[in-house]
Amino acid sequence: MNFDLSDEQRLLEETVDKFLATECAMPRVRELFDDDAGFDEAVWHGLGEMGVLGLHLPEDVGGAGLELLELAVVAEIMGRRATPGPFFEHVLAAMAIDRAGSEAQREQWLPRLASGEARATIAVAEGGASGECWRPEQWQLGDGSALSGEKRFVPHALGADLFVVGLRGGGLGLVESGAPGLATQRLEGLDRTRRLDCVTFEETPCDRLPRGAEVATQVLDAGLVLLAADAHGGGMACVDAAVEYAKTREQFGVKIGSFQALKHQLADMAVEIHPTRGLVWYAAHAFDHLPEEASAAAATAKAHLGDRFVDVARRTIEAHGGIGYTWECDVQFWLKRSLFDWAILGDPNLHRRRAADLLGW
Amino acid sequence: MDLGYGTEYEACREQVRVFLRAQWPPRETNAEDATAEQIQSFRRAAVDAGYLYRNIPRRFGGSEQEADILAAQIIREEFGTVRAPMELTGQGPQMLAPTLLEWGTDWQKDHFVRKAIEGEHIWCQGYSEPGAGSDLASLRTTGELRDGEWVLNGQKIWTTHWKRAHYMFALVRTEPEAGKHAGISYLLLKMDQPGVEVRPLKQITGDSEFAEVFFNDARTPADWIVGERGAGWTVSRSLLRHERNMIGSANRSAGLFRSLLRLARSAQIDGRPAVEDRQVREALAAIHGYVETQRCSSYVQLTRELQGRDSETLSLLNKISDTNIGQQVSLLAHRLLGAESALAPRGQPAGRTSGNEKWMNQFMGSLGMAIAGGTSNIQRNIIAERGLGLPRDAAAARDEKP
Ligand SMILES: Cc1cc2nc3c(=O)[nH]c(=O)nc-3n(C[C@H](O)[C@H](O)[C@H](O)COP(=O)(O)OP(=O)(O)OC[C@H]3O[C@@H](n4cnc5c(N)ncnc54)[C@H](O)[C@@H]3O)c2cc1C
Repeated sequence: MNFDLSDEQRLLEETVDKFLATECAMPRVRELFDDDAGFDEAVWHGLGEMGVLGLHLPEDVGGAGLELLELAVVAEIMGRRATPGPFFEHVLAAMAIDRAGSEAQREQWLPRLASGEARATIAVAEGGASGECWRPEQWQLGDGSALSGEKRFVPHALGADLFVVGLRGGGLGLVESGAPGLATQRLEGLDRTRRLDCVTFEETPCDRLPRGAEVATQVLDAGLVLLAADAHGGGMACVDAAVEYAKTREQFGVKIGSFQALKHQLADMAVEIHPTRGLVWYAAHAFDHLPEEASAAAATAKAHLGDRFVDVARRTIEAHGGIGYTWECDVQFWLKRSLFDWAILGDPNLHRRRAADLLGW
Repeated sequence: MDLGYGTEYEACREQVRVFLRAQWPPRETNAEDATAEQIQSFRRAAVDAGYLYRNIPRRFGGSEQEADILAAQIIREEFGTVRAPMELTGQGPQMLAPTLLEWGTDWQKDHFVRKAIEGEHIWCQGYSEPGAGSDLASLRTTGELRDGEWVLNGQKIWTTHWKRAHYMFALVRTEPEAGKHAGISYLLLKMDQPGVEVRPLKQITGDSEFAEVFFNDARTPADWIVGERGAGWTVSRSLLRHERNMIGSANRSAGLFRSLLRLARSAQIDGRPAVEDRQVREALAAIHGYVETQRCSSYVQLTRELQGRDSETLSLLNKISDTNIGQQVSLLAHRLLGAESALAPRGQPAGRTSGNEKWMNQFMGSLGMAIAGGTSNIQRNIIAERGLGLPRDAAAARDEKP
């Protein structure tokens, strides 16, 4: 029994944390938040050089041969540091190619995706008025060799080299940037640390992943775990920020953290978010080692953390008073990231219904 | 990350299973129909085999095993699977026995520990007073040493298990000149004596599990004090630690959730089982998220314990987390009951009911959980101050100055 990170995983955690602390500290996050591109190529390539983008890929394609848990460790830190830029969509795209692709597709893409030389994203949701739009059963984009239609809520599609696209029947296919008929348009997203785009296809050629339909749900489950990890990290950052502020800000001649009403609000936030780290770890561990539990655990983690993070982020803003309501105050990053984590890949109630089905209730 | 127990422990699990196959349920009996004697003899066999009361020395009736968190966990799991009797619950086995082992004299241990864990002596806890609840250290019941005996005067309240209790462990002010905390001693006393008067209180559920206890020159021998004079506060703190562990159990929440699921299957919405209703499924899964969080957090805490590390803030969150789950379960159960939620859970209503109204006991019991053993607000104070490092409450800080 050892439900904790290994020494290697802790080293990974420290290394990534240190890297982001120097290369993408809060002042830089602020700049990127207002920037058009929304992320820093240097940080991206730094992550690639560290091997972070290929942690989960086999060694023969330039990966580290590790698992989802390692990716979740990274996602948690990015959540904590509100790191702007692509990550989860890229590693999911690579996972899809690794698990569903032909040898040729794997050889063509995985080494470049592992190093970060090429950047990929996943395009799954269509429409979007209903929470169901994320589920493979709902995908309508043609499954022939040429695609016509639209995908929405595609993370960091602008500038991506490769799209893993969800197809009618629940399969997956590859579309390269520059393909005929492919166009990308930025959506006005709230979370400016993770941009969302709309991608349109018109008779656009698509290279199917042979086992796409078999792995689509698995890949999306991995995404749920990574978003849950991000939410845990973000939620912890919120509690830390609110507690820190309560220890420094003074009113009525004392630190506001000595007012019991505020203390109790902060305690309740800790009750909501501190214990959820194990939930994320368990979902990652199940994905890696307990296949029959994996989907329910991923759905549960995503649903739970989705709501907890939004809740804690809202209360963090309130605990900061007027300054919390400004664009200048860093806590807005987490409020907006919480809204991203809540909605993308399916809202909490969607995944609660899924978990209920999967658990045979 | 490894949630397995390793081959050595799987061998231990196998031993436990072999033991249980031979011993439980008793031959030719259903577990539910086992007699008190059968249960008692099973417990004896389980002690002999080293499975129960592991941290209590043999001479006091325990099985005196080396501390082994994993073995203990495996035993709990396996006993739980076949619903074999575990250690007795209640304030004697769970609170008094560990306290005596830590602080008691040899005579006290010899005299009380075995009988407490075997259930021969039932104990009750005399801490709270009408004027001293959350602010327990303000208690005013006095104890005076006269002619080799403590003489007690004052009043305790909310004393659970009074009905069957032979003895009480109590916090009593014996050093009136000393400070608020330093004036308290931890005394043991007999309930059946002229100076002790019990007046049962009717609880919100209609039961009378707790009572007021009045002391009018109640007496107890001079050497029935646990720890030094004036050390009662410290002695009782270790007890509260045991109580917190007792309450903070992820397993219990998981069991409660399974019962809720059964309720959702039997209750009806529009002529269909409620569990098929979309909103009910979402609500169930939302609670399941909290239950799973507690389960996984208990793995994290167990691992830290195995590593000999402190689980820092995490362990401070258990009581309120369990209380919150109990509360959410009660709210959903209430919703599922519909009109039957208006029925008294123990009454004998005319006409037919589904029997689900017994859930209203849990509805009320979940409130008891938010109050007993340190209220949720007191838990929040502890989390904020000890866990998050926020400034001490001014009144409480003033109070703790000697
Ligand atoms: C079912 C049940 C069984 C019990 N069994 C026993 C028993 O066997 N033996 C025993 O000794 N006691 C027992 N108790 C008593 C229990 O420990 C006390 O009820 C509890 O500690 C609260 O004390 P109180 O009732 O005086 O409430 P109070 O302390 O008066 O609290 C009233 C309200 O004020 C709030 N409050 C008080 N102080 C603060 C503060 N500093 N900050 C914020 N809010 C505060 C509380 O949270 C609560 O909401 C039992 C209680 C219950 C409900």
